[in-house]
Amino acid sequence: MSTILNTLNPPSATPLPAVDPAAAVARARARNSLAETISQTLSMAWRALKKMRRNPEQFFDVTIQPLLFTAMFAYVFGGAISGDVASYLPMMIPGIVAQTVLTTCMATGVQLREDMDKGVFDRFKSLPIARIAPLAGPMVADMVRYLIAASLTFGTGMLMGYSPDGGVLGVLAAILLAIFVGWSMAWIFTFIGTLARSAQSVQGMSMLILFPLTFLSNAFVPVDTLPGWLESFVNVNPVSHLVSATRDLANHATISGEVGWTLLAGLVVIAIFAPLSVRSYKRHL
Amino acid sequence: MTATPAAVQATGLVKTFGDFHAVDRIDLHVEQGEIFGVLGPNGAGKTTMLKMLATLLSIDAGKAEIFGVDVHREPHRIRQLLGVTGQYASVDENLTATENLWLFGRLQGLRSADAKATARRLLGQFALEEAADKPISQFSGGMRRRLDLAASLITRPPLIFLDEPTTGLDPRTRGQMWDTIRELVADGCTVLLTTQYLDEADQLADRVAVIDRGRKVAEGTPDELKSSVGDSTLQLQLAAGADQDLARDVVRRVLGEDPVLTPESGRMNVALDIADRAADVLIGLRQAGVGITSVSVAKPTLDEVFLAITGHDTNQDQDPTTSPTDEPALEVAR
Repeated sequence: MSTILNTLNPPSATPLPAVDPAAAVARARARNSLAETISQTLSMAWRALKKMRRNPEQFFDVTIQPLLFTAMFAYVFGGAISGDVASYLPMMIPGIVAQTVLTTCMATGVQLREDMDKGVFDRFKSLPIARIAPLAGPMVADMVRYLIAASLTFGTGMLMGYSPDGGVLGVLAAILLAIFVGWSMAWIFTFIGTLARSAQSVQGMSMLILFPLTFLSNAFVPVDTLPGWLESFVNVNPVSHLVSATRDLANHATISGEVGWTLLAGLVVIAIFAPLSVRSYKRHL
Repeated sequence: MTATPAAVQATGLVKTFGDFHAVDRIDLHVEQGEIFGVLGPNGAGKTTMLKMLATLLSIDAGKAEIFGVDVHREPHRIRQLLGVTGQYASVDENLTATENLWLFGRLQGLRSADAKATARRLLGQFALEEAADKPISQFSGGMRRRLDLAASLITRPPLIFLDEPTTGLDPRTRGQMWDTIRELVADGCTVLLTTQYLDEADQLADRVAVIDRGRKVAEGTPDELKSSVGDSTLQLQLAAGADQDLARDVVRRVLGEDPVLTPESGRMNVALDIADRAADVLIGLRQAGVGITSVSVAKPTLDEVFLAITGHDTNQDQDPTTSPTDEPALEVAR
């Protein structure tokens, strides 16, 4: 490292042709193609996966939470709601899956906010890449986290005596659905991430959305025990649809209308929040 | 578009944050193949201007073209023509040097193998092979700057922005960075760099613009700029009780010019075209009976250029909220 003289054309390498501005201008294209956008998104996903592997503490929420919440909720509410723990599990496990996946989404927004404060995000902005790539890339990588969260929840349930009647295929379908919903809901938190001033405020704002959505749903209690006004909210809450769909798939191997509603809700969330996030991200420029 | 458009052609650039004019009607013309220096103190608006030209900040008013391409209308094309290195555009701390360069190559459309080859070539050029697989956190300041610069050169863009490329580097590393910048230009690139140091502008730049409080206050070759304050400066500390007015008269009589009084009492700076004239001034003062406690002859500093051009020194009246690091915060707070 004694010198960096003659660095641009070291004698060993074939000298590169001189930089030609006119050719560069002629080459420069007005926008990215779809294929380029996808490739850039996948490159950003690769970066996020590398980051995850080097910061294993990022996996705490998707590993500890499913274990802890499944055991806690089952033993606390099981007797009161279903008479005993074993008969509560088929109702509760899909609820915990939904809750865990949504909490994991929140981390997507928090981490994006942290990331955006780093210098490297300025470089991403200065590169000719699709503006959606730095947002969508980490979200693609986060699918790994939803997979871990959903699988661990089912796994913990089974250790406690839950045997899903939907069989392997039913459970796999439920996990896939949970990943899709996680990915689509994450756009809401990504949007918050691009709006908020700090990672902490993302966390605070996300909690305000997350708690009503998960607890004012059919995730942990039968809906008919609720007062009428609450019941009508619970019935339109997309989380309720996710929970019902997951129960149908895991417990009965049925692709019910609930699955359809859940998918539709996911698509609607993406259609609204993906463009909003990109716009808000651009405004940071 | 002319046959060979300017590398940068900007007219009337304006950027305001609330009531604060960060960039106030700046015109800029950078020829292809030159090193253009933007000189100014912290918070003068250098970084803001660079960010506007690099599509990182919106242009509130005015017009900018890079190689004839409109910055505001075609940001995506501009980003293909520019390499940005500086206090802000950086590398990913979670990745190794090789991984960083590979990622930036992939993002700009290189195939995996090509991105790998380019990463290896650049690491070789910037003497970073040994650190190729080390985490960035173990890099020294100089190594980081080199990696930053390398990351800007992956697609060999014809125009390179360097925002204070040597701030905080030790003299040896600084000299190496200068050599590298010269080689970029020898290779056909145009370089626009900002700096707080007159000697850096002097060493590197073909032409210099001086920016102060968002405005361009002077422009010219480094020689022209320095001649406004003389080739060298005679710094005098008058003895306690010495007659300042008399001393000023003596200088005026000998050189035909007024000395510049510095804020410290009893100190004065005298611009000299030829260093030899220092002796004439000293003899004049001795004959007039003005006592002196210290004397030195120095190269003009940025402070003196500033004093001469703007009538205030570089630290005075600087709005503390305008330092480059605070700009993103301002942005978010809007």
